[in-house]
Amino acid sequence: MTATNEQGLQQIATIIEQHQTLPGAMLPILHAIQNDLSFIPSNALPLIAKALNVSKAEVHGVISFYHHFRTEEPGAHVIEICRGESCQAMGSRALEENIKQNLSIDYHQTSKDRQYTLEPVYCLGNCACSPAIRIGDDIHGELDLQKFEQIIESLNTYSLELK
Amino acid sequence: MNHSPSDDSSIPVASRKIFVSLDTTARSRGSDKVAKQVESILNSQPELAATLVRNGSRGMFWLEPLLEINTPKGRVAYGPVKAEDVNDIINLHCFDDVIEHPLCLGLTEELPWFKSQQRLTFARVGIIDPIDVDDYISHGGFVGLTNAFAKTAQQIVDEVKESGLRGRGGAAFPTGIKWQTVLNEPEQQKYIVCNADEGDSGTFADRMLMEGDPLVLVEGMIIAGLSVGADQGYIYLRSEYPQAHDILNKAISNAKTAGYLGDNICGTEHNFHLEVRLGAGAYICGEETSLLESLEGKRGLVRAKPPLPAIEGLFGQPTVVNNVISLASVPYILSHGGDSYRDFGMGRSRGTLPIQLAGNIAQGGLVELAFGISLNELLQQYGNGCKSKRAMRSVQVGGPLGAYLPAEQWDTALDYEEFASIGAVLGHGGIVVFDDTVDMAAQARFAMEFCEVESCGKCTPCRIGAVRGVEVIDKILNNESDEQGRQDSVELLHDLCDTMEFGSLCAMGGMTPFPVRSALKYFPDDFLPQPSTQKAQ
Repeated sequence: MTATNEQGLQQIATIIEQHQTLPGAMLPILHAIQNDLSFIPSNALPLIAKALNVSKAEVHGVISFYHHFRTEEPGAHVIEICRGESCQAMGSRALEENIKQNLSIDYHQTSKDRQYTLEPVYCLGNCACSPAIRIGDDIHGELDLQKFEQIIESLNTYSLELK
Repeated sequence: MNHSPSDDSSIPVASRKIFVSLDTTARSRGSDKVAKQVESILNSQPELAATLVRNGSRGMFWLEPLLEINTPKGRVAYGPVKAEDVNDIINLHCFDDVIEHPLCLGLTEELPWFKSQQRLTFARVGIIDPIDVDDYISHGGFVGLTNAFAKTAQQIVDEVKESGLRGRGGAAFPTGIKWQTVLNEPEQQKYIVCNADEGDSGTFADRMLMEGDPLVLVEGMIIAGLSVGADQGYIYLRSEYPQAHDILNKAISNAKTAGYLGDNICGTEHNFHLEVRLGAGAYICGEETSLLESLEGKRGLVRAKPPLPAIEGLFGQPTVVNNVISLASVPYILSHGGDSYRDFGMGRSRGTLPIQLAGNIAQGGLVELAFGISLNELLQQYGNGCKSKRAMRSVQVGGPLGAYLPAEQWDTALDYEEFASIGAVLGHGGIVVFDDTVDMAAQARFAMEFCEVESCGKCTPCRIGAVRGVEVIDKILNNESDEQGRQDSVELLHDLCDTMEFGSLCAMGGMTPFPVRSALKYFPDDFLPQPSTQKAQ
C-alpha cells in the first residue's frame, strides 16, 4: 500500500468527518476517498478505523474484499474490460489479449508511462452491444481493437489539450 | 413532404420536442454526440422553437442512437442516427408530418418489435424525461401511491399478494408474502432495501429502468414503506453503473423537492427517506444477505439463514429486500389493481417479465412480455438471429449461474416452473446468445473461474470447489491421461458439482454447477480431446 502526503491526509479527514455519522459509513467513506485521491492510501486506515470504532484490520479486510477499491495509485486512465459471458459471445477473449499486448500490461498493472491501468470487470450492463469496456465513467460498446486504438488516441489528444 | 405548418395538423410551437436517449448503451453508440448536434442546431435556429429531451431508451439498441420527434400522429423515429444526419432530419421535418428520409423508421410505437410488447413496468421508459416529476405524473405516475394512501397497510400487502408478483431478481419468491412477514413484525425501525446490484452478465433491465424511469422505483419503494411500516429506504446500486447513479440521485432530489420523500410526504403523517448506496464491484453482494452486510459497512460475507432478512435484516431490523423490477412493478399493481397484473402470464408465473436479449444477437435489447412466450420466438422474432449471421448454438438464460441450453430446448416457455423442469433458471430474464464458434468447455471452465473470483469465501464447497473445478476441467481438456483417466476426471467433476450444489450456503456455489453440468450434458463433444487448432479461443 502507498501512503499519501499531508494534503491528502487533510482531504481524508474532511471526508471522514462528512460521512462518519451515516449508518454503515464504511463504504461511503472508502468511495469518497477513492473518488478524490484515485486510491485508498495506507495512512487513511488508522483514521477510518478510529472514526468508525473498528480495528485497522477490519478496514483492511473491507478494502481487500471489494474489487473496486485499490490501494495503489492507478494510471491516468483506468481501463476496465468486461469479462462477462455476453462479451465472450462477441469475442472479448481475443480482444482482452489484444488490449493487453497493445498496452504491454496485464490485469491489475499500470503502464510504465503511468497512463493506463488495466482491470477486469464482470459486466457493465451494456450486453446488447458487447463487447464493452469502461474508461473512467464512459462505457464503450461493440468494441474491436481498431475502435480501441481510436479511443486511446482520443484520450491522448484530450490530455495534451489539458496541459 | 409538407413544409408549411398546416394549422390543424401541426404540433403547437410550445410543445415541439426532440428526444435523444441518455441511456448507457445509447451513449455507448454515440447518442451524446447526436444530442450535442441537436442542441447546437436548436440554438442556431431559434425559430424552430423546439426543446431537446434526454429520455431513457426504448430498448431497441441496434437502432440507437434513436432520434424521435413528436408529431400530431405520435413520435416519429429515426435511427441509427449519426451527428451529421441531424441537420437534415430536423430541417426537413418541421414537426408536422412523417417525411421521407433514409433513416426514418415511421411512428415509434407502430414498430412491430415495440408494438407487440406488453409494457407494464417499462410503460414510461424511453418516453418521459426520467428526472422530471411533472412529466412522470402526467404519464400516470404516483397514481399507485395515491391509491396506497387510501388503503391500510394490510390492504396494500393483499393487493400485492393478489397480483401474484414474484421476486424478479431471480429467486422468484412471492413479494406479497415477504412483505407480510415484515408487516407482521412488531412496530420498530424497519427498512426497505432495493437490490440494484444487477451483476448477471446479459442483464440490463434494472439499469435501463433506473436510467429511464427512476421515479417508478422511488414510488414502489414508498409504497413498500407504507405497507410494512418502514420510513427508511436504501437503493444498493452497483458501482459499474455510473450513469444510473447520477440519474437516481437527481430523481430522488427532485422527488424530495416535490414532497414525495422526507417527512410528512404528500401532506400525510407518513415519512419516507431514501438514499442510494454504492456497491464496490463484488458480484456476491447481489445475494441479499451479503448485500446487507455490505450496506452495514462490512465485507460482503453471506449470512446463514434463518433468521430471514424479513425478521432480522439490515442492522438486525426487519427488512424488505426486493429487486429493482419487483419494486418498480408495484405502482402498476396499485394503480391498475392486483387482478389486472395477474391477468398476464401463465401458471404460477404472473404478470410480465422484462427480457433482455444479449450476446451474439442481431437485435439486442429489452422486450417486456407476459410470461409464456417461447425462447425460440424471442431469439428469432425479436432477436432476428445471431449478429455474426452464423448459426446459433447455445443460449445461457439467467446469468452466469444459469444453464446453457441447446437448440432442442428452445421451445421451452418462459415460466419459472417450466424452466425448473428442464434444470434451468429464468433468473433475472437475461438471455445470452452464442453462435457455432463457441467452445462450451471453455464456457464451463469460465463458470468455475468466475465462482473462484467472486466467491465470498465463507463456505468451503464454493471457495475451494471453484478452484478444484477449474483444475479438473483443465485436466480434462489438456488431454493429460488416457481415455479412462479422462472419464475419471469427468466423473470427479460431477461429484464436485454435487458437493457444491448441496453443500454451499448460497446460490453462488450452489448454482455454479448449472452452467458446468449443462455444458457437459448437451455439448459433450467440446470436452473431447481434439487438435488445439480446431478450438475457438
